[in-house]
Amino acid sequence: MLLRADNLQKHFDDTIVLKDITLQVNEGEVVAIIGPSGSGKSTLLRCLTQLEKINSGRIEVCGKRMAETLDAKVHYADSKTLHQIILDVGLVFQNFNLFPHYSILKNIVDAQINVLGKDKKEAKERAMSLLAKMNLKEKANAYPSELSGGQQQRVAIARALALNPRILFFDEPTSALDPELTGEILKVIRSLAEEKMTMVIVTHEMAFARDVADRVIFMDGGVIVEEGTPQEVFSNTVNQRTKDFLQRFSQN
Amino acid sequence: MKVDNVPIEPLITEMLKATGTVVEIFFLTILIAIPLGFLVALGRRSRFKIISVPIRIYQLVFRGTPLMLQLFFFMYGPYYIFEFNIYERFTACIMAFSINYAAYFGEIFRGGIASIPKGQYEAAKVLGYTKLQTFMRIILPQVVKNVIPATGNELMTLVKDTSLAQVISVSEIFNIATKTGSRHFSTVPLIVAAVFYLIMNSGVEVSFKLIEKKFEYYKN
Repeated sequence: MLLRADNLQKHFDDTIVLKDITLQVNEGEVVAIIGPSGSGKSTLLRCLTQLEKINSGRIEVCGKRMAETLDAKVHYADSKTLHQIILDVGLVFQNFNLFPHYSILKNIVDAQINVLGKDKKEAKERAMSLLAKMNLKEKANAYPSELSGGQQQRVAIARALALNPRILFFDEPTSALDPELTGEILKVIRSLAEEKMTMVIVTHEMAFARDVADRVIFMDGGVIVEEGTPQEVFSNTVNQRTKDFLQRFSQN
Repeated sequence: MKVDNVPIEPLITEMLKATGTVVEIFFLTILIAIPLGFLVALGRRSRFKIISVPIRIYQLVFRGTPLMLQLFFFMYGPYYIFEFNIYERFTACIMAFSINYAAYFGEIFRGGIASIPKGQYEAAKVLGYTKLQTFMRIILPQVVKNVIPATGNELMTLVKDTSLAQVISVSEIFNIATKTGSRHFSTVPLIVAAVFYLIMNSGVEVSFKLIEKKFEYYKN
């Protein structure tokens, strides 16, 4: 098991965002998280990637304990362990967050050199092969602002992959893109799924979730309402909230 | 040669010498006030009130009172307190300018740092950069680009503000101009002074256009 989260709770001031989330992700599995906005999907990803601190619960990533709750108090691992854990995961953001002052190549190379300590030549080779895979080899020397949203998102995926994460998280990777550009991102994610990359994807693309995910999680109001194979969640659900959500979604 | 009874050659010679003083004030102030302003900006962003509040008060005092008054204060303050001057006229001048401009630069840099989107920090964190690496490699280079126009503006003001140094009898351009002008009952020295300021600020303007151009290779 690559990821294990037990009884996560998260609140911002008085607003409870995650009520009691328990989730496991196995190696090679693709998990899609769907649900209405405000259901806590993104917050869940942000808690799992150390961008937010949980208020209660336990998180284990690749066998390393990241946070646990003892005597009603959350204890995070020491900073060295947290650093190792962050290197085990990658995160692709909704709005890419490329570094605008770095060329495309440098965006992918920089962390390899300065975080992993790889030598320049090796880092560059890795970056170029990832760019080739993303069909962006000719953009190596361009700057992020010169690329379309879809291209920027592919660079962001390459940047995350360059550090060889064991789990890759996607936070609504196509939501900031024009509809005609979402396809190219979904294609990349699909090809990663074929390579058995472990991925957790928060998405509004229902057809895609159904098609690519091994398991679908439906969240609403800070809890996991339903969890199962795409077949179970999308076609055979008996849960009224899931039904309502899917129906509302297909109407839009 | 004389214009309006003013002997031009000696005036120019004196003005050139005074320009040396102005250039000295200008560069010494930059050298001290920019790094200091940077610390001020970081201090203002500190989550510890014991750091951020005193810095805010310092900025309020030095941005909220006339630079001329601050020059007097640095010049004559020590004399009233200790009954002797602990430093020279020119040192007092540099102290007043540096501390005053650091307050302004602090505000410019603070705005520059605040303008970097949170996503940049988050992306860097998830990629495993340390806090120091994030700041030095990701945030700071973008801040520099963002603050160039405002900094250029501030430095043009600095060139003109050096004329205030005359109130503590530092022999700068304006000082020479008013002295020569009243000696010959003429406005010509003032016009010459204006030309000197204009030339210097053209230099500042052109330099900053070049620096801006250097950073045009990317857009935020």
